[in-house]
Amino acid sequence: MRFLLLFSRQGKLRLQKWFTPLTDREKKKVIRDMMMLVLARPARSCNFLQWRDLKIVYKRWYASLYFCAGLEDHDNELLALEVLHRYVELLDKYFGNVCELDIIFNFEKAYFILDEFLMEGEILETSKVAVGVSLEEADTLQEGEAKEAWRPLSAGAC
Amino acid sequence: MSPSVPLQEMIRAIRSARTQCEERGVIQRECATIRAQFRQADNEGRSHNLAKLLYVHMLGYPAHFGQMECVRMIASPRYSEKRVGYLGAMMLLDEKQDASLLITNSIKNDLANSNQYVQSLALCTLACMGSAEMCRDLAPEINRLLRASNSYIKKKAALCAVHIVRKVQDLGELFAPSARCLLTEKNHGVLHGAVVLITELCECNPESLERFRKTVPDLVQIMKGLVISGYSPDHDVAGISDPFLQVRILRLLRILGHNNEAASDAMNDLLAQVATNTDSTKTVGNAVLYETVLTVLDIKSESGLRVLAVNILGRFLLNNDRNIRLVVSQNILTSAATTQKQRISLCIQLYFSFPIPPSRALELSLALVSASNIRSMMKELLSFLSSCPPELRSQTASGIFIAAERYAPSQRWHIDTILHVLTTAGGDVRDETVPNLIQLITNTSELHCYTVHKLYRALHNDISQQPLVQVACWCIGEYGDLLLRGECQEMEPVQVTEDDVLDVLEAVLQSHMSSPSTRGFALTATMKLSTRITENVDRIRSIVSIYGSCIDVELQQRAVEYNALFKKYDHMRAAVLERMPVIEKNSQGHTNGDSTGETIKENLAVKVKQAEPQQAANQVCDLLDLLGGSEPPLQSSPALGSTAPLPVGTAGTAGGDLLDLLGGLEPTAIMPVSVYDKDGVTVTLSCEKQSDSGLSITLTASNSTDSDIRGFTLQAAVPKSVQLHMKAPSGDSLPARGAAKVTQMVVLNNPNKVVNLKMRLRISYTSQGSAVQDTVQVDSFPGLGH
Repeated sequence: MRFLLLFSRQGKLRLQKWFTPLTDREKKKVIRDMMMLVLARPARSCNFLQWRDLKIVYKRWYASLYFCAGLEDHDNELLALEVLHRYVELLDKYFGNVCELDIIFNFEKAYFILDEFLMEGEILETSKVAVGVSLEEADTLQEGEAKEAWRPLSAGAC
Repeated sequence: MSPSVPLQEMIRAIRSARTQCEERGVIQRECATIRAQFRQADNEGRSHNLAKLLYVHMLGYPAHFGQMECVRMIASPRYSEKRVGYLGAMMLLDEKQDASLLITNSIKNDLANSNQYVQSLALCTLACMGSAEMCRDLAPEINRLLRASNSYIKKKAALCAVHIVRKVQDLGELFAPSARCLLTEKNHGVLHGAVVLITELCECNPESLERFRKTVPDLVQIMKGLVISGYSPDHDVAGISDPFLQVRILRLLRILGHNNEAASDAMNDLLAQVATNTDSTKTVGNAVLYETVLTVLDIKSESGLRVLAVNILGRFLLNNDRNIRLVVSQNILTSAATTQKQRISLCIQLYFSFPIPPSRALELSLALVSASNIRSMMKELLSFLSSCPPELRSQTASGIFIAAERYAPSQRWHIDTILHVLTTAGGDVRDETVPNLIQLITNTSELHCYTVHKLYRALHNDISQQPLVQVACWCIGEYGDLLLRGECQEMEPVQVTEDDVLDVLEAVLQSHMSSPSTRGFALTATMKLSTRITENVDRIRSIVSIYGSCIDVELQQRAVEYNALFKKYDHMRAAVLERMPVIEKNSQGHTNGDSTGETIKENLAVKVKQAEPQQAANQVCDLLDLLGGSEPPLQSSPALGSTAPLPVGTAGTAGGDLLDLLGGLEPTAIMPVSVYDKDGVTVTLSCEKQSDSGLSITLTASNSTDSDIRGFTLQAAVPKSVQLHMKAPSGDSLPARGAAKVTQMVVLNNPNKVVNLKMRLRISYTSQGSAVQDTVQVDSFPGLGH
C-alpha cells in the first residue's frame, strides 16, 4: 500500500497516512486527485479504479466518509477491501459506534489505532483482539503518567 | 484515554467558523499562541499544543515551525509526550528534512527502552520516515530485536526491517537468518511480518530466493494449519482463518514456486486444498481464491490444478459481484499469465470450461489482442469462429476484421485472414465487408496476382458463401488476365484456362444459391473478361445476350447494356472495361492502436467507410458508374452509410440503399426552372433537398427544333468544397419537336454549407451535322429554401 486517505463527502481530509516519501506538494496533488476521482463515482460502481500506475481501492462508509487506498501492482485488491473494512471495525470497537465526529475530534487516536494495524504499507497485526489489547495498554500507560503528575511531591515523583 | 480539552476546543472553534476567511483567522491566532508556547521551556500542555498543530497541518496549513518541537517531545521521558512527538515526526518530518536526523539518537535510545510501547513508537516512526542513513545506523539494533524480544516487538521489528531493506537493499543479508527463524513462531502477527520480510528479501535478491526455497515445506505447513484448523475467534473473518496471512503466504509461495519444479510440486496439494475448501460466498474468501489462482497460474502446476484454477476464474467472471468480475478480467488475463501463449490458451480454456459464456470469452480475447500477439491470437480467433455458436459468428467476424485492420503485420496476412473468415463464416459477415475488402485488394497492387489466384481456388471449391463469391467474381473480372497468365510469385503456379474461368462464372450465374446482386457481380465480371481474354470472347457474348431476357430486371438491364457495348460501342469497350483506379479511402475515427482506452470491442460499433464520390464528367464515366454501381457503396453518395450498434440484423444491403437513392426519387411538384434556352434547346432544372447537406437535381432537356439532335451531353461543375455526382442520363438524343426528353440526375453534397451555391453547366450536342457547345451558370436553385 502506498497511502491511505480518509475524507468526507464535502472534500475535507480526516486522515492521511503515507507509506512512501513524497513532498508536500505531491501529497496535496494526490489528495486532490483522489477526492476528485472518488467523489465523482456513481453509487453502485465497483470499488476499484486505476490512477497512474496504482490501483485505487475506495470504500464509502456511513454515506459521508470515504476510505481510499493506493495499491501497487502486486497488491491483492480484494484483500485491500478487507483491510479497509478491518480498520473501520477497529475504530468502531475503540470508540464504540464510531461516527465522523469521533474521528475529527480524536484524530490523533485514529492514527494510533492505524499504527497498531498497519506499518510500512503492510498489515502489522491480523487479530482484532490483539490490536485492541495493545491500544488499551498504551492508553493506560498514558493515563498512568497523567495521574502521576498529580501525585503530591513525595518520593519518586518526577 | 481522556480527550485533550484544549485540542477539542480549538477544533470546535475552527469548525464553527462560517467562512474560509474566518477559519484562517482562528488558525492564525491559534498558531501564534502555539508558537509562543513552544518557545517556553517548561510547559504542561506541550502535547496538547503539538496535537493542535497537527490538526491544523491536516487542514492544509503550514506547520513546519513545529518540527523542532517534535524533536524535543520525542526526547521527553514522558510517554504521552513521546507519543504525540513521534506522531508529529511522522506527519511533519520526512527523510528530506534535516530535523529528521536529529531524532536518530532518540530512536536509538527508545529502541532499547524497557517499555515495549516506547520501543514500538520508535519502530513505527523508523519504518515510516527513516532515511537510508538512519536505516543503516539502526539496522543492527532492529536485527537484535528480531531475535530476542516478545512477539509484540518482533512483529514490529519485522516490518521495520522490511522498510530498511526497501531503502537499503544490501542490508537484506543482515536480516535473512533472523527472518528464517521467525517462521517457527506461533503468533500470527509475527508470522505475517516474517512472510512479508522474506517476500521482500526474495524479490530483491535472487540468491536469497534460492535459499528461501527451503522454507516452502514450512510455509505449506503453516498454510495447512490455517485452512484445516477449526474456528479461531481471534483471526476469523467470515469463516476463514486469518485471510491476511493466507494471502501473504500464497504470494510468497508464488515467488518461490515460479520456474521451479521441486518447489511447485511441494505446494501442489496445498493449493488444491485451498482452491476447493475456501468458501467463495464472501469477498474475503474470493480474495484468498484470487491469490490462489494467481499462484497456480504462475508456478509449474500440474494440469489438474490448472483446470481447477481456470474453473475458479470462470466462476469469478460470472460472479454477481462487480468487483470480482472487474479484478479478474483486468488483472488475471493481462498480468498473471505472463506469456502470450498462456494468456491465449487461458482464454480458450475459459471458453470451454463450464459455464462461462462464449461471448465473454470472445470479449476478453478481443480485448487482449495487440500488435505483438496478433498472429497467434488470430489463429485462436479463427478457430473460435468455426466452432462458436451461430449467434456470435457475426460479432466474431466483425471483431476479427477490426483486429486485422488494426494490427495486420502484412498485407498478405490481412487478405488471407479476411478470406479465411469469408470461407468459414461468409454468411454472417456484415454487408460492407465486400466493398471494404475490394477496396483493400485494389489498393494492394503487388498482391493482385496472389489474391485472384486464391479467390479463384476458393470459388472453385464453394460458390455458396455470397460475400466470398462476390469478392471473387469482382477480382476475377478485374484481374482475370493475371489469373490466366498462370505464374504467381507467392503461390505455386496453377494452369487456369479461359474456359475454366468462364465455367466458374457461369456456374455462379446459374446457381440457385446466388443472390441477385451476386449474379450482378458475376455478369459484370464476365463482361470485363471480354477485354482480358483472347479466345473465348464469343462465349462471353453469348452469355451476355442470354441474360438480355432474364426475368430479373437488374440483370436484364445490365445484359442489354453490355450487349450494346459489344455492338454499337465496341470501339469503346476496352476503355470502358479498363482496370479500376485505386480507390480513395475515407474511413472514420481511426485511433492509434496503442491507446489503452480503446478496445476492439468498442470499435465494433464505429466502423464506417465512405468512398469519395468520383467526378463523373463524361459519357465514359457515366458508363463506368453503371458498371461500378453493382459494388456499393464505392460510389455512393455520402448520405449513405450509418452505423449499426451491433452487427446483428443490419437492414438491407448497402446496394439496396443505393438503388433506392437512384430509383426512389420522384420529381417534386415544384415547377422546374429553365436554365438554358437557346436555338430551340431547353434545359430545365428542378431540385429537392435530400438531407441537411444533400441536394438532388433533375435536369431535363428537350428539343423544339425540326431536326433531331444527337450526342447530347451535359457536364457540370460546382465550387470546390461541394461534391458532385452525375447519374447516367436517360439518353443522348433529342428527337425533333419535343417528341422525347432527356433527363439526368445530379446529386450534390454540400457539407460545408456553402451559401450561394452555383453550378456551371456545359451543354454539347450535334445538330444537323455540326457540333454545338455552350456553357451556362446556374445561380439559384428552386426549392432550396434559406
